[in-house]
Amino acid sequence: MSAALDVSGLTTRFDTRSGSVTAVDNVSFSVEPGRILGLVGESGSGKSVTGFSIMGLVDEPGQVVAGSVTVDGVDLRSLSDDDMRKMRGSRLAMVFQDPMMTLNPVLRIGDQMAMAVRVHRKMPKREALEESRKALDIVGIPSPAERLKAYPHQLSGGMRQRVAIAMALLHRPSVIIADEPTTALDVSIQGQILAEVRRLADDIGTAIVWVTHDLAVVSSLADDICVMYAGRIVERGTAEQVIGNPRHPYTQGLLDSIPARHEPGGHLPQIPGSTPQLSRLPSGCPFRPRCSRATEQCKSEPPSDSRDGQIVLCHHPLEGS
Amino acid sequence: MSQSLLSIDQVSKRFTRKPGLAERLAGRLSGGGEPVVVHALTDVTLEVARGEVLGVVGESGCGKSTLGRVVAGIHAPSDGTVMLDGKPITRDQRGTAEKLTTQVQMIHQDPFASLNPRMKVGETIAEGPRYHKIIPANVVSERVGSLLEQVGLEAAYADRLPHQFSGGQRQRIAIARALAMEPELLVLDEAVASLDVSIQAQVLNLFMDLQRNLGLTALFISHDLSVVRHVCDRVAIMYLGRLVELAPAKDLYERPLHPYTSALFASVPTVGTGKRVFEAIQGEIPSPINPPPGCAFHPRCPQAGPRCRREVPRLAQADDQRTVACHLNDGGVA
Repeated sequence: MSAALDVSGLTTRFDTRSGSVTAVDNVSFSVEPGRILGLVGESGSGKSVTGFSIMGLVDEPGQVVAGSVTVDGVDLRSLSDDDMRKMRGSRLAMVFQDPMMTLNPVLRIGDQMAMAVRVHRKMPKREALEESRKALDIVGIPSPAERLKAYPHQLSGGMRQRVAIAMALLHRPSVIIADEPTTALDVSIQGQILAEVRRLADDIGTAIVWVTHDLAVVSSLADDICVMYAGRIVERGTAEQVIGNPRHPYTQGLLDSIPARHEPGGHLPQIPGSTPQLSRLPSGCPFRPRCSRATEQCKSEPPSDSRDGQIVLCHHPLEGS
Repeated sequence: MSQSLLSIDQVSKRFTRKPGLAERLAGRLSGGGEPVVVHALTDVTLEVARGEVLGVVGESGCGKSTLGRVVAGIHAPSDGTVMLDGKPITRDQRGTAEKLTTQVQMIHQDPFASLNPRMKVGETIAEGPRYHKIIPANVVSERVGSLLEQVGLEAAYADRLPHQFSGGQRQRIAIARALAMEPELLVLDEAVASLDVSIQAQVLNLFMDLQRNLGLTALFISHDLSVVRHVCDRVAIMYLGRLVELAPAKDLYERPLHPYTSALFASVPTVGTGKRVFEAIQGEIPSPINPPPGCAFHPRCPQAGPRCRREVPRLAQADDQRTVACHLNDGGVA
């Protein structure tokens, strides 16, 4: 099956007064229809900027300086601004952490959804409202016809996020980029939304990139996982591979530091130090100062992809079992 | 219980919002205009033993933070009493409140908001003990240095400003500031929620070490069930302002008794290989302004019966060590 989204060598740089920072460094992955890719990383790892770079939404002083992004075979970086705008919202959509980034607080849900429908497809408003109602129904909103008349502030946080997902779905996009969409929600509401998202991928065949810091969420939701550190993908594989048999010391360290994997009360294995500032990355491998397996080689040369099934950016990957 | 350090007895907290001018006018015309009352805590009774870490878990709006604030003396309870070491913590007796708030220290969620950005961290740590004359002035800087070292930082960092530290380091500073007051009880309100996973483990390890070495008693408020299981001796589950289940951590996680507790556990994603189906709780958390009659969880409960709609379940003893507020464990739902 050909990929719905293919990202290759994507590099995004921010040229600031205090120097140039590469927030996304040579990132490559692809997502097939109906699959969910979890893009995991800690703060400052570049996971969100990757999402924004795919959408063509990186603001000044940032810019995508290299690589390609292909959706359904169309190279997005070769499109004009106008064509890109047509692409966004129809073939490619985004869901943000805060649904109020998507929703207009002074418009009724139905009005703004119908507007989003009619931007891309000519149809009477009545039909557009019907499309909107169907989309709300798909994401599990009870009595969707009534919700169309509501304003965003009349809905709970979980409901607003569902509306934002419904808006992303309006044109049956091939690809949805979801940036921490359940992070601000309660676990019971998060559970409901994760169940709906899995169903969307399975039933409608949308390819989904789920950007998050939460390994537990991706391990239960995603088919494939990319782990990011300091702007790079350091490990990539199926969820079973990455979670069950991590090869990169950073992935191993992240998994080890999760309390649920240890006897209660015991000392948690921890990764020493803190995430590096992108403007002051160490030479060679950026994870080197925090890594117990680091050698002289890690100091002098940056690691390149070693691939045997899963991709690991490390000179001394852990043994596969 | 004689050895309990903190006893919370039938505490309720209501927040009243006075209607604005437009609402009062509309109210006068329609004959309504009642003030809006939020029932943040209803009838909570809890004991925390000396040296114990009690987890308080629940979703947003369950009252867990309000409980922490009432215990820390920030809010006065509307009803009921909070006793620390046999003495009441209340706002009304001003002198007493000042004395007691030094014995209860709070650690907040966001270390970027809880530290004064213009104050050197050494000053931040020393301010409380200096004001309350807990340590003699001539040893303050020495004490600050040793506190910084105790939380895994260097004594020389006392001269730095908060922006020079990462999130995890700032949370360490917040812990040092709390310890400087030599508190009897720590209230941690989502203290690790805003930290990255790798940093979270560092701060949890620090907390567990300090807790053991200093014999600290703590109220550990969190929405993260796996963190709570790791650090807490007992866990209180709250829903819509009420305590619904209280049990030793091990028992609770092995065999939850309240349907809400089970549902909460079922919706939490865990790290593991293989897909899983989320058994989501249906519906949403009701509004604390108009809590449903009877058991607050009944509209979402798969096992609810007619009695649940009529009668508020009481917190009943389920075995020696655990209590649960559910009709299923107290005579049935019919």
